[in-house]
Amino acid sequence: MFQVRIHGRGGQGVVTAAEILSVAAFDEGRQAQAFPSFGSERTGAPVVSYCRIDDREIRTREPVMAPDAVIVQDVTLINQVDLFSGLSPVGFVLINTSRTFAELGLAELYDRFPRPHLVTCPATEIALEHVGRPLPNAALLGAFASLTQQITLEAVQKAIRDHFAGAVGERNAAAAAAAFDAVVTLEEEFARADTD
Amino acid sequence: MLTQIEGSRAIAETVALCRPEVVCAYPISPQTHIIEAVGVMVKEGRLAPCEFINVESEFAAMSVAIGASAAGARAYTATASQGLLYMMEAVYNAAGLGLPIVMTLANRAIGAPINIWNDHSDAMAVRDSGWIQLFAETNQEAADLHVQAFRLAEELSVPVMVCMDGFILTHAVEGVDLLDQSMVDAYLPPYEPRQILDPDNPVSIGAMVGPEAFQEVRYLAHLRQLDALHRIPVIAEEFFAATGRHSGGLVHSYRTEDADTIVVAMGSVLGTIKDAVDIRRDSGERIGVVGITSFRPFPSLQVREALRHAPQVVVLEKAFSIGHGGVLATDISMALQGTGCVVREVVAGLGGRPITRLSLEKLFYKAARGELGELLFLDLDVEVVDRELARMKAGRRSGPSAENVLRDLGTTRVEGQGR
Repeated sequence: MFQVRIHGRGGQGVVTAAEILSVAAFDEGRQAQAFPSFGSERTGAPVVSYCRIDDREIRTREPVMAPDAVIVQDVTLINQVDLFSGLSPVGFVLINTSRTFAELGLAELYDRFPRPHLVTCPATEIALEHVGRPLPNAALLGAFASLTQQITLEAVQKAIRDHFAGAVGERNAAAAAAAFDAVVTLEEEFARADTD
Repeated sequence: MLTQIEGSRAIAETVALCRPEVVCAYPISPQTHIIEAVGVMVKEGRLAPCEFINVESEFAAMSVAIGASAAGARAYTATASQGLLYMMEAVYNAAGLGLPIVMTLANRAIGAPINIWNDHSDAMAVRDSGWIQLFAETNQEAADLHVQAFRLAEELSVPVMVCMDGFILTHAVEGVDLLDQSMVDAYLPPYEPRQILDPDNPVSIGAMVGPEAFQEVRYLAHLRQLDALHRIPVIAEEFFAATGRHSGGLVHSYRTEDADTIVVAMGSVLGTIKDAVDIRRDSGERIGVVGITSFRPFPSLQVREALRHAPQVVVLEKAFSIGHGGVLATDISMALQGTGCVVREVVAGLGGRPITRLSLEKLFYKAARGELGELLFLDLDVEVVDRELARMKAGRRSGPSAENVLRDLGTTRVEGQGR
């Protein structure tokens, strides 16, 4: 089973992201379960959603406490929420930012998780460019596909088009494709720092 | 068709296939998505000639359902928690009048303290109302149970409540095989009322019944519920024949053949329990699970048969009777009278507290070693409780416990007395 936890704020499509991810996995013939952290969500408040992907029936109903991947939609949560709690030692981290892990004060992740599993992606900028609104969730799913290879970009794009009708779907699918190509691993970040 | 879909949406789609004629509901979390979706379908004309009636409260919602059902319409509504309590008088009336209304209960805790999260307190509050109460383990079963519920309700002229865990199921997106209209039409015949308000054949429904007959009318209602104990398995078997799915029925056993300990529960927590049981089985413990699908009527004979060979029965439930203990556990104990089974009560998951596999594994580990007491509150923070007890002991005006506990945990910045 592959378990994903998505952190963001109310209004950023955190719950929708988990749902689209589950649909993408389902479309590829896998079992998937997506659900929100249940609370009185309001715009701007920290929100968590979860997605499980497996090849067997998923029976558990507990929240994802030991994720294989954490997606951070909003970097301002870094000092507010224990984002990487329970993350597998070989887990993946995907952060929506145009800054580096070091600039975010997250260089310590370098020691805790495999370097190629730590990536940033400027998903908000990509969304602004392709969708015209600062909603990073669809783009981040493209980046997630690139990072974890749990699902294909094509499945993500199809699920996005199923969720957002018409032109909005197309633009979000394009954002996902752009983000797929735009993931920057911590390793690359270090390599760039060395050449600077 | 197998579809990756939110639980609420799957319920709405399935209710639509049942061709309801009147839907009336008042929105309340976590039921809202179901009613919104049904409302949209009615508005789009998909359910014609179904009428969606906007009402000003849950009391009105159930009252409209009663009127519609008495007039011969297939009536549906949904609610949760405080909404159920607000319609309580009408809930009893629907059952007392023998009107086959189907209602989804998106199980949620009851305040105070106010809490929108899942447990089974709401279902337990109407346990004795005369409604049939069926509990779903998954969204697939929740959807399937609605079709069975209309069939059962209308055959027996008894209202049926389909209980599904609020948020945990209603808001979970997972694979659900949605039924075909042709299958549902073949399985669920048009509603043929046992009683109907018909101007051509006038009757009154809702007579005042004095001491001379009240007990007899109540006993007849009891007989109808006992009849349901025979019909529920048949209806589930026919559903299996049509779909190949084991949804519904009275009780379901999992790995109980040689079990020294059997865990009993209702609803979606059964999934997590099964995962934990598999792990304890791998460690050599002989442990199994029995899920109760039909809580009312309570299938005492089937429960006894499913549990009697186990020396120990652990009843895990998301509600309890304050001042007494488990509600389901009491029924289980009654069913096991004379068998020598030891019944342990575990209250868990109140107000949305996650029931984790790890906590369950620890619980089952203790159970296997005979270390469980009679009544246990899973993952209870004893230190928080003790500190509040100490505050209450320290001075008369210790203030409201809920606020004190929140402040103690650092989850609120409310200033005031009691510090």
